[in-house]
Amino acid sequence: MLLPDLIRLTTSSVLAYRMRSFLTGLGIAIGITAVILLTSIGEGLHQFVLSEFSQFGTHIINIQPGKAQTQGGSVGIFGSSKPLSIEDALALRRLPNVEYVNTGVQGNAEVKANGKSRRITVYGAGHDFTKTFTFKVQTGSFLPADDPNQARALVVLGAKVRQELFAGENPLGQYLRVGGQRYRIIGVMEAKGQILGFDMDDTVFIPAARALELFNRPGLMEVHVSYNARADLQQVLSAITARLKERHGRDDFTLISQEKSLDVLGSVLDVITFAVGALGAISLLVGGVGILTIMTMAVTERTAEIGLLRALGARERQVLMLFLGEAMLLSALGGLAGLALGIGIGEALHELFPALPVYTPWLFAALAECSAVSIGLVAGVMPARRAARLDPVEALRSE
Amino acid sequence: MIQFENVSRSFLVGDQKVAALRDINLSIAAGDYVSIMGPSGSGKSTLLNLIGLLDRPTSGTYRLDGGDVTALNDEQQARVRSQKIGFVFQSFHLVPRLTAAMNIELPLILAGIPPAERKRRVAELLENYGLNDRADHRPDQLSGGQRQRVAIARATSMRPAVLLADEPTGNLDQTTGREVIKLLEALTEQHVALILVTHDPAIGGRAKRQLQMVDGQIISQT
Repeated sequence: MLLPDLIRLTTSSVLAYRMRSFLTGLGIAIGITAVILLTSIGEGLHQFVLSEFSQFGTHIINIQPGKAQTQGGSVGIFGSSKPLSIEDALALRRLPNVEYVNTGVQGNAEVKANGKSRRITVYGAGHDFTKTFTFKVQTGSFLPADDPNQARALVVLGAKVRQELFAGENPLGQYLRVGGQRYRIIGVMEAKGQILGFDMDDTVFIPAARALELFNRPGLMEVHVSYNARADLQQVLSAITARLKERHGRDDFTLISQEKSLDVLGSVLDVITFAVGALGAISLLVGGVGILTIMTMAVTERTAEIGLLRALGARERQVLMLFLGEAMLLSALGGLAGLALGIGIGEALHELFPALPVYTPWLFAALAECSAVSIGLVAGVMPARRAARLDPVEALRSE
Repeated sequence: MIQFENVSRSFLVGDQKVAALRDINLSIAAGDYVSIMGPSGSGKSTLLNLIGLLDRPTSGTYRLDGGDVTALNDEQQARVRSQKIGFVFQSFHLVPRLTAAMNIELPLILAGIPPAERKRRVAELLENYGLNDRADHRPDQLSGGQRQRVAIARATSMRPAVLLADEPTGNLDQTTGREVIKLLEALTEQHVALILVTHDPAIGGRAKRQLQMVDGQIISQT
């Protein structure tokens, strides 16, 4: 029997029982819809979270003072460890494969300008801040490459600060009071939005050494190192560890690489996507049982036809293929309908609730359709084998 | 062409062995016209099923065209059925969802004949059996006589050497029945061996060879 004929014959039987085929296919369609919808939302969430975390670049290592003993934050200033200094950061800058180093100190302070005041985040940064992270200046420039310990009183505004204090004006060259000191405004950052609840736009950037003074801190809160994308992460990590141990005399700092955190986060999110997909797969399984039921009925109903086919010279294999083909066709059609429904509902949800990230990778769609066909195959095996093994004389007699 | 040597067939009913055929010796040549008559349960249908390779003898040998076909496995027997044997049934056994043309085409499809050749043969059969204007009708849109003509066209589509007809007129009125018998008899002129099982002595009597069966044995041959 040629393949087009097999398709023609199976299609004819699927079409002959339209309502029944529709309902059976619907079982599979609902299963596939559930799988596609749930995994699409899972995957959308995955991409959303990863992009939130990686928008500052992925080749970044975060160094914090104090040794993290267990999960959780570093001991920081409460421990007996040596603080991270600006000199430490400068020393790391000279390591191979290290591209940029940023020194970070963060705190809250009141800023005043134009007769308005506002309590916001003040971030002490280095000249390389914008290059370490992918964060651009919108107008003016970022902090200049001054001697880090004798930096001038210059400030760069976040987009929201500029909007709140200098709406409709050009802030460049004007002065901003930060914690009682006068800073000249030299730039405005582009809007970045909130990152996990922390508003990057409601922040001003001043030189790190001045921030240390302002907050009366002995050392930096964090040092960020960006490294060459082609470099081996492990080598960079050990070079940093070696250099800092040499300077501090002991291992009193913690390294966290963005790449590793993203890997861990990515695999957690993958598990979530897989888990919700598995939940949807339960309904797919129920659809498979529907196919099994219908095909078992079909074999009983069409026993005489099976006998006839055998009398006309059909081999057992051909009868088997005809019934298997029918089960697979039902599930393939149901699967396609489910794909269309799942993707359609996903898109509609995204339109209705733009905040809900929905993303359907082609691979998911292909895998879902394959699993639909496989379920049809598995569900069809038992009834099809029964059909193939019927005794032709008995089968012909049943009518 | 068909040779039965001491062929017996028994069935187990409960734990009792019931002999449906006992020691049948029979030989049928190409172009023979044979009718098998006898009361119900005399073994007519069992004999027909054995000749048609739908069933296997319990003992004895069946040679078809000189070769022992009892030793063949299921797949080989299916091939022999496809190539050499045609069936016509009392209840027509047409596939209800397929058109007349596709019903006729079915054995050709199963045998894997290329589409162009199939189309040619089906057109020829539709023409020969006067079904041209019925080609696209489904069985439920055909009369009894038309249905049986479709069934005969289907049985001959693979140009078999043997045509087995089990009460082919049983579901037809007399006039239509006679027409169908004439179509079947015409096949013997093309060297097809026609073997006809019937209750009806008027039909069975037309055959050149008539077998009378009682209790699984052939009691008379003419």
